[in-house]
Amino acid sequence: MPEQDLTEALCEQVAAAAAARMPLCIRGGNSKAFYGRPVKGEILETRGHCGVLEYEPSELVIRARAGTPLTEVEQLLDQQGQMLPFEPPHFSPHSTLGGAVATGLSGPRRPFSGAVRDSVLGIGLVNGKGESLNFGGQVMKNVAGYDLSRLMAGASGTLGLLTNISLKVLPKPETQYTLKQVCTQQEALLRFSDWMGKPLPLSAACWYDDHLYLRLSGTEAGIRHAQHQLGDTMLEQEPSWWTKLRDHRLEFFQRDEPLWRLSVPPATPPLAIEGDWLIDWAGGQRWLYSNETAATIRHIAGSVGGHATLFRDTNRSGSVFQALPAPLLKLQQRLKQAFDPAGILNPGRLYQGL
Amino acid sequence: MSDTDEIIDRTDFLAGLELPAHCILSKEAELRPYECDGLSAYRRLPWLVLMPETVDQVQAILAYCRRLQVPVVARGAGTGLSGGALPLDNGVLLSLARFTEILEIDTGNRLARVQPGVRNLAISEAVSSLGLYYAPDPSSQIACSIGGNVAENAGGVHCLKYGLTVHNIAALKVVTMDGELLTIGSHALDNAGYDLLALFTGSEGMLGVIVEVTVRLLPVPEYAQVLLAAFDSAETAGNAVATIISAGILPAGLEMMDTLAIRAAEDFVHAGYPTDAAAILLCELDGSHAEVNAQLDKARTLLTDTGASEVRMARDEEERRRFWAGRKASFPAVGRLSPDYYCMDGTIPRKHLGKVLSTISDWSAEYGLPVANVFHAGDGNLHPLILYDANKAGELERTEAFGGRILELCISAGGTITGEHGVGMEKIDQMCAQFSAAELRQFHAVKEAFDPDGLLNPGKAIPTLARCAEFGHMHVHHGELPFPELERF
Repeated sequence: MPEQDLTEALCEQVAAAAAARMPLCIRGGNSKAFYGRPVKGEILETRGHCGVLEYEPSELVIRARAGTPLTEVEQLLDQQGQMLPFEPPHFSPHSTLGGAVATGLSGPRRPFSGAVRDSVLGIGLVNGKGESLNFGGQVMKNVAGYDLSRLMAGASGTLGLLTNISLKVLPKPETQYTLKQVCTQQEALLRFSDWMGKPLPLSAACWYDDHLYLRLSGTEAGIRHAQHQLGDTMLEQEPSWWTKLRDHRLEFFQRDEPLWRLSVPPATPPLAIEGDWLIDWAGGQRWLYSNETAATIRHIAGSVGGHATLFRDTNRSGSVFQALPAPLLKLQQRLKQAFDPAGILNPGRLYQGL
Repeated sequence: MSDTDEIIDRTDFLAGLELPAHCILSKEAELRPYECDGLSAYRRLPWLVLMPETVDQVQAILAYCRRLQVPVVARGAGTGLSGGALPLDNGVLLSLARFTEILEIDTGNRLARVQPGVRNLAISEAVSSLGLYYAPDPSSQIACSIGGNVAENAGGVHCLKYGLTVHNIAALKVVTMDGELLTIGSHALDNAGYDLLALFTGSEGMLGVIVEVTVRLLPVPEYAQVLLAAFDSAETAGNAVATIISAGILPAGLEMMDTLAIRAAEDFVHAGYPTDAAAILLCELDGSHAEVNAQLDKARTLLTDTGASEVRMARDEEERRRFWAGRKASFPAVGRLSPDYYCMDGTIPRKHLGKVLSTISDWSAEYGLPVANVFHAGDGNLHPLILYDANKAGELERTEAFGGRILELCISAGGTITGEHGVGMEKIDQMCAQFSAAELRQFHAVKEAFDPDGLLNPGKAIPTLARCAEFGHMHVHHGELPFPELERF
């Protein structure tokens, strides 16, 4: 798609929708339409609003329009030996940068290099009144005004239509290896917690199908040194396995059943829910197929200080995300009101009334 | 300076307040130490200082103030550099200084749950036996408290690799102006709903009062080593920074100082700096021995190739500490050169460093005020220190005018007016230059969602549109004047 700036048209579209109180359903690459509650509204396409605006490798910053394909951004970074620190999933080749930031989903590197929001430096958005606003900037340190840019990561477009995003990028590690060990889930969680407290060059830690997988990234010498500390296990170079995990293309994810995502304190022991588990983020993100009821799954996730999301399901008309305590929900509703007084931006995608 | 008329008589206010007497300061001699924070050019005697000891008391105070419409300014250790904790003459100064306990250390998840008055460095000290530390390290870390760090989104010298406060906290407990206690965040890596943790971090006490902070801890790196490189010009040093980063090296710390700052630091702490250099770079690498040694060789070659006149590696841990001691003491060191100094905090894209520094140097001559530059080179955060004498008539005003121009220079270079010190009272007018009227209105709408009556830290951080119209520095967006509804002054 040719590079173009549609900010003005997008503002007009939002302003007109606000005046008519007509809900909008924001759509980028349509690769994560399955995520969140369904939105009834007029489709607002962002893919035409695309193009990389600034990229200087020595500044470690890239700024691009929201409709820019994620692959385009990543290829450009790759040519300069850099990467997006949060390793965003690609659920289709059409995923856009805006969609990646709006949904706030991060890949296997998340516990080591931060989440989407941690890389966000600045954001251009159109609020629910059709005003084009810019917050943050292209510099690493910026505390002028409230941090409204990081707030947009994971808000799923309910607070504003993202128009451009500035992100901190990182140098790609010189090399990376994968370590695989046979081990139970319980043992894997204990080892993860132990290793995470040590200065090891880790960049991913997963458990699945009675095996633990570790990704080590850094210099050759650094990784060899770590190999001894980890028990001299064999290392392989298998980067595609991590990409499959990131994009849910491992065999584990190939099921036509509701898929749950549990986000819990990483050191939490195995949860007492019957089902099939895949543990990522060194214990912090746990994928589950289970016949247990939603209420049970949410209750158990909540009881250990976490939350559960019905990540994929054919029926998402009920609750997708964990219920918020009443005072927090009230505050979030007021925040929604502050950005989108007419309630037209992706209404209900996260919660009813947001 | 008074923001609004006094709302209630202080005696009447105290009569209805349920708080032990030793938590209340109301005599002038008791109030005096609270008249300013780290930005001592701005002073105002507080109406009243309250020092609660429990979260219940904080809740009760805020609910009571909301009912009586009395404004509240929260204060931590008072080390802030932007006047964010400047008190009111018609409101409560709420000191969190008595909340000094470390409540829980969760080793498995590498988290520490602490009260807001705990000092930044005390956290690292408390967990050092576990091989862990808290990464953000503002220069004031021996004195500043974690609640204030969160309110300002404090940085430090290791931000490029380890991030700011916002990247290193997991949860907060805050009390709203209604007196309601909210838990934001958790011990998990993310949370349902909007990211209020990010919104609260750096909100300068405008949205709620922080009464508990859960910070993330990191394993102490196996090895850290520092290179000191000397340069004949600041611009060459700036190019060296770009070269190192482009080569894929991510230093743990990358700091620059100019001649005046180098000499001041050398005189003060005898760090062993080359005093004839126009600029020095401190480049710290950390990781395993193998990793660091490989990168040290690479960095040393890059520094030499980009024109360093000398590259030195700290001979031992003692010399490494000394190199850093010089940098961390550079503010007080510069303070010895002049009766007063004014510390600026703009951030710029690094590529504009040469141009910005030479403009500052031209202006320094124009205003007749010397400037020492200390620079977090890795992340573009500049700290020009303007030397002045407040006892000389007009010098403070000239310094402030000079400082304001530096901040606007940072904006025009694509940067920001504040990297880590906050807007507070100090940079409120420059906010009008950085943001459009619609953007400021959006900030006000967010504030209203949390504090509808505008009772928390009024007059700070976000200027009113009327103030911007009066200040006259306006962000002209697409050629439109931003405040068509307001009269011009």
